[in-house]
Amino acid sequence: MKAKPPKTQATGNATDVVLELRLYVAGQTPKSLIALKNLKKICEEHLQGRYRLHVIDLVETPQLARDDQILAIPTLVRNLPHPIRKIIGDLSDTQRVLVGLDVRSQAK
Amino acid sequence: MARASKRTKTAAASRTFPQLKKSRSGIAGFDEITDGGLPAGRPTIVCGGPGCGKTMFAMEFLILGATEFGEPGVLMTFEETGDEMSRNVESLGFNLQSLVDKKKLFLDYVRIEPSEIQETGEYDLEGLFIRLQHAVESVGAKRVVLDTVEAIFSGFANEGMLRAEIRRLFRWLKDRSLTTVVTAERGEGTTLTRYGLEEYVSDCVVSLDHRVNDQISTRRMRIVKYRGSSHGTDEYPFLIDQKGFSVLPLSSIRLEHKVSKDRISSGIKDLDAMLEGRGFFKGSSILVSGTSGSGKSTVAAHFANEACRRGKRVLYIAFEESSAQVTRNMRSVGINLDQYIKKGLLEFRAWRPTQHGLEMHLLRIHELVDKFNPQVVIVDPITNLISANLNEVHAMLMRLLDFLKDRLITAMFTTLTANRGAEEQTEVGISSLTDTWILLRDLELNGERNRCLYVLKSRGMAHSNQIREFVLSRNGVRLLPAYVGFGTVYTGSARLAQEARERAESLREQQQLEEKRKEFSVRRNVLESQIAALRSELSSGESEFARQTRQRNERQQRLALDREEMGKIRGVTRDSQSVNS
Repeated sequence: MKAKPPKTQATGNATDVVLELRLYVAGQTPKSLIALKNLKKICEEHLQGRYRLHVIDLVETPQLARDDQILAIPTLVRNLPHPIRKIIGDLSDTQRVLVGLDVRSQAK
Repeated sequence: MARASKRTKTAAASRTFPQLKKSRSGIAGFDEITDGGLPAGRPTIVCGGPGCGKTMFAMEFLILGATEFGEPGVLMTFEETGDEMSRNVESLGFNLQSLVDKKKLFLDYVRIEPSEIQETGEYDLEGLFIRLQHAVESVGAKRVVLDTVEAIFSGFANEGMLRAEIRRLFRWLKDRSLTTVVTAERGEGTTLTRYGLEEYVSDCVVSLDHRVNDQISTRRMRIVKYRGSSHGTDEYPFLIDQKGFSVLPLSSIRLEHKVSKDRISSGIKDLDAMLEGRGFFKGSSILVSGTSGSGKSTVAAHFANEACRRGKRVLYIAFEESSAQVTRNMRSVGINLDQYIKKGLLEFRAWRPTQHGLEMHLLRIHELVDKFNPQVVIVDPITNLISANLNEVHAMLMRLLDFLKDRLITAMFTTLTANRGAEEQTEVGISSLTDTWILLRDLELNGERNRCLYVLKSRGMAHSNQIREFVLSRNGVRLLPAYVGFGTVYTGSARLAQEARERAESLREQQQLEEKRKEFSVRRNVLESQIAALRSELSSGESEFARQTRQRNERQQRLALDREEMGKIRGVTRDSQSVNS
């Protein structure tokens, strides 16, 4: 389930790279649900076709919390491209999420 | 709630028997000062500055729990990776990896990298709880170490949330009855920890400290708080060495040493004679004080030699000389210590007093005593430890004495007194702590220095009050009865001179007598000859007198005859004649 092979081309140009995203949640908590809703919205609006998203419920796979160094819930991790970036919180601030993912908004 | 009320009830019911379940840490000394260990099933904060040994304490608690007490543990580190941790404790002889493999230990390194993290909106630390739960469940942990949990404060901006989560974390640990050690940095000012964690953990707080005094570092531990339990409130010195963490719970407040009536010879016959002829009490402490070169080490070596000769085990700690030097030097007074070292009866340890702080010295002595189990311990000299604070030395020696007495170990300390002046005051002031005090003194007289010895005190026996001359010879020490006259002690050549004077005196008297005798015999001869002369004079007088008497008788007889003849001639009767005559 780990790391799909990255597109090797043009790592310098972030807009061309497919983002591999994981959202770590712990059960169906309100915060998790809000985060998922916000994330989906951001992805649809700004990352059309350039992302892959996995939602990982740590209640079901707790060992991943250790393996992936998750502390805060919810946490959004950009596994690819490198380096790893983490965004914690309910992702309510779209601009910060985009900055955190290091993608320029297409809307602008 | 129900739990709390139950506890107060039981506490009220059995006031004399406060029951707080404790979890033994296994750390040497710590369980003694806390009367059993850490509060079981509750969190404990161990706080202190950097390098004070917090992590080491926590690690030992965890590892010993897993290895000695059958309590698996979880180590959650926030600062060092599992590998680093493994290496850190490897030097103490612990193999973390093998414990992990045996499912006795679970390592989780929580990496917090603020630069990687962007915060948007609300979050909590549920991930931490999930990890902890997973860790606890995978090994069935009873013990947890969080080192150093407050690192999360540097990783997340929302302090209010963090505090709430920490509160929840401690609650969570308590609810699961996990005996937990939480390490924390020491705070500035009034708080014990930088982030005030003690606010959340109200059960037990241990403070560690590491200070440097006069270039010698000492580590100290204090139980700041231990709810529901009695505990020592002092600062206890502790050590981290090859064997790990150890606390010195040495100041036993009680004075309940066992005592023995058995005696142990000092190895110097004449000294034994001064001590009721039987030597020291077994398990007592002996202080040998004296100026430099007064023979303290020699007395100590005699004692060691004698104890070994009787098959006792002796620990000899030398602070001034190496073992080879001591044995060589003692050979010159006829003591062969080598043989006992070879036999394993004599354990010689020499190290520099400046090598460690006082606590370290004490602890090393402790360890040696534990390992070697001697009946006699000699420390030669303790004076060299005094470079440090005097009060501390006093406290340390008291602890050492307590410790040795408790085990009925006879202890001999030598101490150097300053030249001249107040010899009766040992610098350390430990004379009051010791049972027997032997004082060695130098007397300078007639261009030479002589050694004197006397027993200043010896508790529980009628010891001699004499000052003896202490003579070192090839055959060991002898104590000569010092010449005492006119309130002066003569020693050395002065004593010899005095003795010679005495001998001359008596010789002269004898000669005088002889002369008198001769004189008298001459006089007697004279008198006797005079008596003889007088006697002969007397006898010649007597014979003269007899001759004259005889002549007179003859004359009268002739006269009578003549008269008869005449009467016959004249015809006178016999009768009338006889009437006339």
